[in-house]
Amino acid sequence: MNQMTTNQKLHAAATSPQGTGTGRPLGGALSIRNVSKIYDPEGVNVCAVNDCSMEIVAGEVCMIVGPSGCGKTTLLNAIAGFHSITHGEILLDNQLLCGPGKPKASQGADRMVVFQNGALFPWRTLAENVAYGPIVQKKMTKAEAHEKAYHMLAEAGLGDFGDKYPGEVSSGMSRRAEIVRALINEPKVLLLDEPYRAMDALTKSIMHESLLETYDRTKVTIFFITHDLEEAIFLGDKVHIVTTRPCSLKKTVDVTIPRPRTYESLSSEAFRTLMEEVNEAVHEEAVKAFQAGERELA
Amino acid sequence: MANVAHTATSAPVVRRRSSFEKLMSNTSLWRGMLAIAVFLLLWEIGSRFDEWFGKEWTLPFIGLIPAPTAVFAAWLEILPKAGYWMSWLQSFKRVLSGFLVAMLIGIPFGLALAVNKYFRDLFFPPFEILRPIPPLAWVPASLIFWPTNEMSIAFVTFLGAFFTIVINVLGGARTIDVRYLRAAQSMGASQWDLFSKIILPGTLPSIFTGAAVGMGITWEVVLAAEMISGGGTQGGGGLGFFIWNSYMGGSLEQVVVGMISIGIAGYLSSSAIRWLGDRFMPWKRLF
Ligand SMILES: Nc1ncnc2c1ncn2[C@@H]1O[C@H](COP(=O)(O)OP(=O)(O)OP(=O)(O)O)[C@@H](O)[C@H]1O
Ligand SMILES: [Mg+2]
Repeated sequence: MNQMTTNQKLHAAATSPQGTGTGRPLGGALSIRNVSKIYDPEGVNVCAVNDCSMEIVAGEVCMIVGPSGCGKTTLLNAIAGFHSITHGEILLDNQLLCGPGKPKASQGADRMVVFQNGALFPWRTLAENVAYGPIVQKKMTKAEAHEKAYHMLAEAGLGDFGDKYPGEVSSGMSRRAEIVRALINEPKVLLLDEPYRAMDALTKSIMHESLLETYDRTKVTIFFITHDLEEAIFLGDKVHIVTTRPCSLKKTVDVTIPRPRTYESLSSEAFRTLMEEVNEAVHEEAVKAFQAGERELA
Repeated sequence: MANVAHTATSAPVVRRRSSFEKLMSNTSLWRGMLAIAVFLLLWEIGSRFDEWFGKEWTLPFIGLIPAPTAVFAAWLEILPKAGYWMSWLQSFKRVLSGFLVAMLIGIPFGLALAVNKYFRDLFFPPFEILRPIPPLAWVPASLIFWPTNEMSIAFVTFLGAFFTIVINVLGGARTIDVRYLRAAQSMGASQWDLFSKIILPGTLPSIFTGAAVGMGITWEVVLAAEMISGGGTQGGGGLGFFIWNSYMGGSLEQVVVGMISIGIAGYLSSSAIRWLGDRFMPWKRLF
């Protein structure tokens, strides 16, 4: 009990309006409207995203599922401001991120990305990685940022690892630390690009619990790309299935399984029905992708 | 409460071994020493073969080289002489000055090539034309350019390290993962932050690789330049001149002493760079 009050004090002291347990959505509604992206308009003309529209409610966990190479990362990069879009518009809380006249969104701490293979800076310890954002934005002094970083790492169960370099910890730990590094910037949207790809099932399940716990605490909007259907349903409020390249929205499945979810939810009847529904839609696209691939090779 | 303060540690207490204990139980070290001992023994036998079995038993090549014990005796003889140590000092001074100037100019130059397209367009082509010219091909020209022998040697030494360092820095800085840059930019890093906090530390490993290779080349160049130029002035001809001089004087033992001295000097130099690398890149020590 004693420790809890200490923690609460620390939360009160932190400048974050998104402190633990507020449970209040902080905005983060994403509108993706008729977005198209053509790579290299002069040359080969790869159309990666075509007339893709989705609405993501603030504070919702939105999972994107689709075949390999269909343009999911392209969509995420457009939201993050890593590259431009060719048509359409993307809005965050009704503010234009990119659209006509402004093809490329500016990069900002309101949208933080957790990258496909992890991108913690190898030359900084976990705590230094986490403290990086507030320091370069001059929102905190170095000491304050480090204190907050250690505190947030401890919340994510990484309290003892703040002084370790990313190369010294497991991939699961470094991925959790990367999410902490994103969250310290109090983003409106967390953009995750297959963060748990290539992890074994056991590590993955721990990652899921950790992410759900973090989500319950912060209620940050999550845009999560995955190949793993079980993961999509287990974590998401909505599962957006996208078509094979060019990427557009095929189907949205609402996940009605109540939160908090535990691993028992996985064996429920509701889960199985959803799984079938998603699987059917994804399989259809996968077959199309496969046939398209065969055509290209022929 | 699941939240554990970061100060709490529960690691089991492990008795730390002293560094002497570690050294003594280092099997690679023992194996290495054994290998050197066997090597010296074979060398000794090889070169003494004719003494033991008669002239017709002189082995090719190794039979003509002085035995390690003879070399060692020659070494003991010159160890107290100031001239020998002056040679060390002279060569070290040349290597270090050429190397340091190459680092000082090469690192910023390489980084500038990496981050600025205009700079790259302008300076990379001439750089690439000059780079393949071996440093020693510069010796005659630099003897003409520069007023003193010493300056010519310094210049050629500098060239030896410079090109290697620049190419490594450029390669390292250009291959930094774009995700690091994107992540930093999303977190609000300015252009200067990107350079100082991402590109610079991200290039450090390549800088040290370039330094290690460059250091090796500097030694080669210094030694060769000393032999060619006759070693400069006032008895301080450097180790290269020491070898040449011994050869001219017909002392094969001293030639080998000079060669081994260079081996040791090179080893000391690369150890120093490794040590600095560990200091500057604590995250690298783990791998
Ligand atoms: N910079 C680029 N220039 C040209 N084409 C590109 C570029 N980046 C991606 N593409 C192409 O766009 C398509 C979509 O790529 P994207 O990385 O968005 O797919 P993805 O859905 O994230 O795939 P995966 O599931 O394998 O991560 C691919 O066919 C890819 O080859
Ligand atoms: Mg992708």
